[in-house]
Amino acid sequence: MTKPSKKYEGDPNTTGHVWDGIEEFDNPMPRWWLWTFYICIIWGIGYVIAYPAWPMINGATTGLLGWSTRGNVAAEIAAVDEANAPMNAKLEAAELDGIAGDAELGPYAVSSGSAVFKTWCAQCHGSGAAGAKGYPNLLDDDWLWGGSMEDIHITVSHGIRNEDSDEARYSEMPAFGRDEMLEDSEIDEVVNFVMSLSGEAQDASKVAAGAVVFEDNCSSCHAEDGTGDIYQGAPNLADAIWLYGGDYATLTDTVSNSRYGVMPAWNTRLSEAQIRAVSAYVHQLGGGE
Amino acid sequence: MSNYLKLIALGLVILFSMIAANYARDIAYMVHAIIIMVISAGLFIHTLRNTDEPVLNPAPQNEYFDSVVRFGVVATAFWGVVGFLVGVIIAFQLAFPVLNFEWAQGYANFGRLRPLHTSAVIFAFGGNALIATSFYIVQRTSAARLWGGNLAWFVFWGYQLFIVLAATGYLLGGSQSKEYAEPEWYIDLWLTVVWVAYLAVFLGTVIKRKEPHIYVANWFFLAFIVTVAMLHVVNNLTIPVSIWGSKSVIVWAGVQDAMVQWWYGHNAVGFFLTAGFLGMMYYFIPKQAERPVFSYKLSIIHFWALIFLYIWAGPHHLHYTALPDWASTLGMVFSVILWMPSWGGMINGLMTLSGAWDKLRTDPVIRMMVISVGFYGMSTFEGPMMSIRAVNSLSHYTDWTIGHVHSGALGWNGMITFGALYYLTPVLWKRERLYSLRLVDYHFWLATIGIVLYAASMWVTGIMEGLMWREVDANGFLVNSFADTVAAKKPMNIVRGLGGVMFLSGALIMCYNLWMTVRRAPAKEASLSVTVPAE
Repeated sequence: MTKPSKKYEGDPNTTGHVWDGIEEFDNPMPRWWLWTFYICIIWGIGYVIAYPAWPMINGATTGLLGWSTRGNVAAEIAAVDEANAPMNAKLEAAELDGIAGDAELGPYAVSSGSAVFKTWCAQCHGSGAAGAKGYPNLLDDDWLWGGSMEDIHITVSHGIRNEDSDEARYSEMPAFGRDEMLEDSEIDEVVNFVMSLSGEAQDASKVAAGAVVFEDNCSSCHAEDGTGDIYQGAPNLADAIWLYGGDYATLTDTVSNSRYGVMPAWNTRLSEAQIRAVSAYVHQLGGGE
Repeated sequence: MSNYLKLIALGLVILFSMIAANYARDIAYMVHAIIIMVISAGLFIHTLRNTDEPVLNPAPQNEYFDSVVRFGVVATAFWGVVGFLVGVIIAFQLAFPVLNFEWAQGYANFGRLRPLHTSAVIFAFGGNALIATSFYIVQRTSAARLWGGNLAWFVFWGYQLFIVLAATGYLLGGSQSKEYAEPEWYIDLWLTVVWVAYLAVFLGTVIKRKEPHIYVANWFFLAFIVTVAMLHVVNNLTIPVSIWGSKSVIVWAGVQDAMVQWWYGHNAVGFFLTAGFLGMMYYFIPKQAERPVFSYKLSIIHFWALIFLYIWAGPHHLHYTALPDWASTLGMVFSVILWMPSWGGMINGLMTLSGAWDKLRTDPVIRMMVISVGFYGMSTFEGPMMSIRAVNSLSHYTDWTIGHVHSGALGWNGMITFGALYYLTPVLWKRERLYSLRLVDYHFWLATIGIVLYAASMWVTGIMEGLMWREVDANGFLVNSFADTVAAKKPMNIVRGLGGVMFLSGALIMCYNLWMTVRRAPAKEASLSVTVPAE
């Protein structure tokens, strides 16, 4: 199937080789191509002199410009830190409750805190702070451990039920079912009672019995009316806001096996100014007290 | 006699794979042992039935060895559709995460399907295209039958086995987590054997050629085969945790592992997807245009420049990481200097058409080849540009990279392969012409618009997310969380999926057209279908 190439009047010479009908013109390389190639090479030689490039026995050449990626980023961070240093000092010295009202500090703390939140907190609490199952919504005023600036500041600094900080907020709900503190029937009853506090019980006939179980076993933390206790991180059970879910199955699981939500202590990773900033940011999201 | 040796060897393989399936430490390894056991058993029975039987119709040894190329054409089209389909699925999984179905977790979620897509397209579709076309081209341009007898069949089927083992391994969790080098140790070993056989067949044919000179396409194919062998071996130096399990540990550590990985990864692009496909381009464009190659000098210079420079460009994948600055500088400089050598191939491809430009109007196959070279030129400009550190600090980790890869893979590799398949099918099945040029035209436009949608949407999201990641307010504080950028990309992710659907539809039309060419197109007169090597 050898079809020879077509040629026209004025075509350049070919090299004389033929493979399966394919020939090759003896055209020179396009000048613009060749010159661009040369220019790239010359630029490359200049660049490797100016920038770190050649590996030697002890380290590599550093380049005439003394540039390095790490030096570059360190300089940028230093510039930002320097620019913000006076504000951060002011933030650390300020009264916690006075930050929001300060015309200069307030907006600064919120924009700084917003960046901290998006970097460190959004993974669990969501980038909009609306939370997820097991991770509290920070937009409402239903606080587990208190919603004042001071409370939020303590929670962020030391975290909850972690081993990083001795001052971490701590409480632990018993696993009433797993540890056989309540009979299955009692759990069934108290779950129905808890459901009745903010909505409809699954089986209304068990609510009365559940109230007795609740008073004997739960009211010391969650209060007799089920409104909870922020000093123990005991959630309010009467406000229809649920951290893990308010349906029968989830509540049965919670009562039987307990819950043990953990939050890291951030004072090991963030500066005091950053903690104050993110506290101020969370405080102004809607539920701050 | 040789059949008895074969039977003994196959028997041992069956025995070993049975033991392996029994002691398997993980599901991927067990399934692979069973696959190998079944295949060896089938081969055993086949060999047994033919042992000591008279050979009927021995293949004539004075003709081109085209049956293996025909299988290659079918395999290329088949794996192409598989690869594009998986691509469409994962594109929509990104746009609609709910498509990571709960019941398919651990098998068909994005993380498992993504390497299946990349490997299916690069190695199954691209690899089969390269093997088939190189076998075709090296015979025609050397005027010699493939060297090594049935070794070419071993290369073809061995390569298909590699694909099946790799693909099933990904779904079952057998992956060494190195991009484009995911298959585990025993699959790597198998590929090494197949690849050495491939090199032997190719080189053997070149050596016994009847033409005085080696055609430029064969330089590129040979560079591709040799370099990929080297890259594959060095990047897959692993120590298996157990001979009965798929898990292995790489001998390289830390940043050295990263550097070896991207030395491999970038040259998989450079030698697999560039050099090999340039070999394809250098044959099919002059054949389809029926014009001489534009410049022999250019092909020599750009070949050697490309081969020398590409191998150093890998570090540009690791800008602003733990990689030392000096290595990053060198990777960037070599990438920029590589721009013109890459473009040499584009010039030679496009300029070969001078004097035949009118064919763009009448021949959709050549249009496909030309747009392929156009996408090649675009990607090989975009690549050096993205390797520049300042550009890379914006583009790295964004969808821009994905768009770049796809304008190369869909535009350059895909289109030139489609062109080659349209050229080869009538020739190999001895048909007068393709079944329908109008269908080629539909394929051309579906594929082209699909690529444009894909690449354009990824440019937009890539630059957008790069800018969002670095956006800071007046005090230097970050403005966006990562999830904000994910949410912002959704509309463009949908456009990307639609582009993929168009590209896939075009490929399906091609399969139909090729099938009908074999079934329905008028047969070629015998006198014109000579398949005997010259002289």
